[in-house]
Amino acid sequence: MASEVKFEKVDFYYGAFKAIDSLQLTILARKVSAFIGPSGCGKSTVLRMVNRTNELVAERTRLEGRVLIADENIYDGVDLFSLRKKVGMVFQRPNPFPKTVYENIAWAPRIHGVKRTDELDEIVEKSLKRAALWDQVKNKLKSSALSLSGGQQQRLCIARSIAVNPEVLLMDEPTSALDPRATARIEDLVEELKADYTIVIVTHSMQQAARISDSTAFFLSEGAGRPGRLIEFGETERVFTNPSSRLTEKYITGRFG
Amino acid sequence: MAVVGIILIFTFVISAGLPLFFKVGPYRFLFGMEWRPTGGQFGILPLILGTLLVVAGALVVGGSAGVVTAIFLSELCPQVLKRTFKVVVELLAGIPSVVYGFFGIIVLIPFIRSQVGGSGYGILSASIILGIMILPTVTAIAEDAVSSVPIDYKLAGLSLGATDWQTIRQVILPAATGGIATALVLGIGRAIGETMAVLMVIGNAPQIPDSLVKPVSALTSTIALDMAYASGDHRTALFAIAIVLLLIITLLLISIRLLHARLGSAE
Repeated sequence: MASEVKFEKVDFYYGAFKAIDSLQLTILARKVSAFIGPSGCGKSTVLRMVNRTNELVAERTRLEGRVLIADENIYDGVDLFSLRKKVGMVFQRPNPFPKTVYENIAWAPRIHGVKRTDELDEIVEKSLKRAALWDQVKNKLKSSALSLSGGQQQRLCIARSIAVNPEVLLMDEPTSALDPRATARIEDLVEELKADYTIVIVTHSMQQAARISDSTAFFLSEGAGRPGRLIEFGETERVFTNPSSRLTEKYITGRFG
Repeated sequence: MAVVGIILIFTFVISAGLPLFFKVGPYRFLFGMEWRPTGGQFGILPLILGTLLVVAGALVVGGSAGVVTAIFLSELCPQVLKRTFKVVVELLAGIPSVVYGFFGIIVLIPFIRSQVGGSGYGILSASIILGIMILPTVTAIAEDAVSSVPIDYKLAGLSLGATDWQTIRQVILPAATGGIATALVLGIGRAIGETMAVLMVIGNAPQIPDSLVKPVSALTSTIALDMAYASGDHRTALFAIAIVLLLIITLLLISIRLLHARLGSAE
């Protein structure tokens, strides 16, 4: 079940520093949305608002406004553990656990209560197939995940996320540590996965945003110490061919950032 | 310099102690049940057993407390308190061992005498004192190991909806096993070598104990106590005990090496 994610008048603070200013944005279900913008524009902060992991990497964070997943405000008395189960996350550097391939996938379902081995076997197989990794690892489920190549490790991390049936899948520059072939594989996979999930991907590569996303959000901060703002959000094709903001145009034609 | 020093120490201790091995026979020396050097009985089994029991006890007390402290410091403690706690732990390492011994005699021994029984001097007291003494070593090294686990693992675990504790226990600790094992082995090394505090609370009775509150003797404390007056074979026997200590420590260090080699190749 994929869900819509809605930001309503969101301000976000790290201590006294305002990182995001009055964000208004609706991310559609079963679509790929790309967040683009220069470094420091706040796009990763916005991404991490959705599973509330900003709070894990920084102390004293504060959010005003509402962030809704399927119309439920996730900043109002929500259970963080079930929220994070509902919102999967794939990181910049592949970070499989130093465990076996099988354990990487089975770990999260098990802590969420799946006990039976045959059930876990099934989840592992299904998730790995879904991440287009099954054929390459089915004979080494018991080997260490760290023995896989970088691209395989990243797909393993995707499989690990979808093993708990998330509604939203967040990807924070998932291909920036990968070579072009592995990147292409991940991009193909993202296209396939959007049938079942709401996917948000932060990327530094505008080509990537253009290739795989349905809609694109452009963020910009007017300098160090100033908050990031959403400049433009719309269908990817339109944003790239006919941007409504001059700032967007300047960015995508490579004139700053 | 260090190498020369080590070689000199080994040569000296071995040449001073080895004659007794041959005179008594290695088996009767190591496994002899009776240590009565003035009566010609040189069995050091009671001493070995005393050392092992006390060290094992120290590991239970200080090893577990050290690992728990390390986890707390690197994963759960708020930044503000972390500094203070670290200074306290370092302070613990700087206290002279005779002061620990004092603390044992004045506080711990009366307490054990009244609450558990016996004279108070013995395995239990020595284990607790030694446990506190190895705490800083274990904590410092285990903390290094735990905090060197990449934060990526923690984030991955938590963003899958796991609790802090599930992530720590099932992801971070397994990734830090090698370092934690090293911390424990070094703790053991420190415990085996410790002399003064042990001597003050262990009771110094070279016997095979039948309970935790019985006084025993340790290898190190026996050397320190007897050296003052020993002569002849007795004196040689003390050097032979030193050989045994050197062997044990060498074995421990080798085991750390092997541990690292094994864990290194597993990754």
